[in-house]
Amino acid sequence: MIPFFKGLGLSFEAAWTVSTIAEILLIALPVMLAVALVIYADRKIWAAMALRKGPNVVGPIGILQSFADGLKVFLQETIIPSAANKGLFLIAPIITFTVALMAWAVIPFNSGAVLADINVGLLYVLAISSLGVYGVVIAGWSSNSKYPFFSAMRASAQMISYEVSIGFILICVVLWAGSFNLNDIVKAQKDHVWIINGFVANPLLFPVWVMFLISGMAETARAPFDLTEAESELVAGYQTEYSSMAFALYWLGEYANVLLMCALNATLFWGGWLPPLDLPVLYLVPGLVWLLLKILFFFFIFSWVKATVPRYRYDQLMRLGWKIFLPLSLFFVFAISGYLMATGHFA
Amino acid sequence: MIQAFAFYLFASLVIASGAITILARNPVHSVLWLILAFFNAAGLMVLVGAEFIAMLLVIVYVGAVAVLFLFVVMMLDIDFSEMRAGFIKNAPLGLMIAAVLLAELVLGVGAWNSGALQLGVADGASATPEGLSNTAAIGALLYTRYLFLFEAAGIVLLVAMIGAIVLTHRQREGTRGQNVGRQIARRPEEATVNVKPAVGQGVTL
Repeated sequence: MIPFFKGLGLSFEAAWTVSTIAEILLIALPVMLAVALVIYADRKIWAAMALRKGPNVVGPIGILQSFADGLKVFLQETIIPSAANKGLFLIAPIITFTVALMAWAVIPFNSGAVLADINVGLLYVLAISSLGVYGVVIAGWSSNSKYPFFSAMRASAQMISYEVSIGFILICVVLWAGSFNLNDIVKAQKDHVWIINGFVANPLLFPVWVMFLISGMAETARAPFDLTEAESELVAGYQTEYSSMAFALYWLGEYANVLLMCALNATLFWGGWLPPLDLPVLYLVPGLVWLLLKILFFFFIFSWVKATVPRYRYDQLMRLGWKIFLPLSLFFVFAISGYLMATGHFA
Repeated sequence: MIQAFAFYLFASLVIASGAITILARNPVHSVLWLILAFFNAAGLMVLVGAEFIAMLLVIVYVGAVAVLFLFVVMMLDIDFSEMRAGFIKNAPLGLMIAAVLLAELVLGVGAWNSGALQLGVADGASATPEGLSNTAAIGALLYTRYLFLFEAAGIVLLVAMIGAIVLTHRQREGTRGQNVGRQIARRPEEATVNVKPAVGQGVTL
């Protein structure tokens, strides 16, 4: 977009600044709109699986429900508990929301259509997703209330446990793709097995993808791993004391994180903006459409799991993370690097 | 222009948040300011072109170490009056450490002003290789030239980790942990028994 703004008579620096801001808006605004729509979709899918109708009053088939909820929340009074640590109490939801949007900077939407095409894109995603826990932990501590504090404790232990195995899983992908750059990773998946675009068709990487999907649910604290906001034990967890827009920021941030995890599943294992099969006809459809279809497919899986799987107990969550996923993902790092060495992939 | 602006922004934020880390009254606030300092230090590393180290700093320190640190500090119940009472007692030690740090800083700046050390430039091992990304350059050095040091560091960490687990692990009597394998292997035939006890007699469980 820089040449376009330079064509308007701006200097390079001014054009760079303006085009970066424009690109940020071009990503962030559709993501926010998508979040509003997937909240509606999530409720509809959940309702359908429980044989209910779900939201169906506001707008045609209830599609404006999220906007009505947003307006309602926006008009509410912001209540700050008198014993809370005010500054941190208000900063916490802002951290969650900002961090949820930041990681979208490196997701490639098409060949070359990426805001920040950096060498260490995958590490950037890992770094940003590890920041997300601060929103929860700070909220839990600053609320100065028991249930949010329990929730903060749970959240920090949960995030650290699952980030270890996610790290090993991403190493498997990086070994095969030979790059940390997300666009290069997508390109490396072209024709990966016969004419299928995507690492997921590879028998060595398929189990790794399954682990990534489950770890992703734990990392975004979605059901069945939503112990941080388990309503049967902790009221609403770290969100208990929040109201109005501060609450809405958590709500939006949570779904933006889920969408990001879906986009990562699509980008790292299912070929990102590439069509599923390497046929010339399929390239007529723009890459952005393929990526969106894959994101929606994974969002459906996330909703499906939320509607059908009961919540884990906390010790079961820890057991799954440390005793099953960690050894398994470590094994696959060895197996995949051994296979790649033996077949001369690095030569 | 934008580089200078970013450098001064990050650098001043690192120093300011470092200062507030030691000045803040509340230990949780201190940890949060420390995290901000880490984050801005990562920004400085991106500016000098060490993007791999910058990302590792955020992942390891901000994402894992500081979370655990915050976890511990949040649970501490710190008595501030007791902490202030210990100030006079610990002041000489603190002053000594401060003097050593100051001397090192002065020495370091002085040595730097009198010309940089020529470290390993003779065989080109420490110069950034041309046409290689950060990650590849660090990996190539770590796994060839510094392989034994790297592995030794790994072993030291492993020993420390095992030591910590051995020292803190305690076996408790009478706990009934969940054995998932046994639960799954159990069949309906062995799980249920059909009995017909006579009147006045119970069943043995």
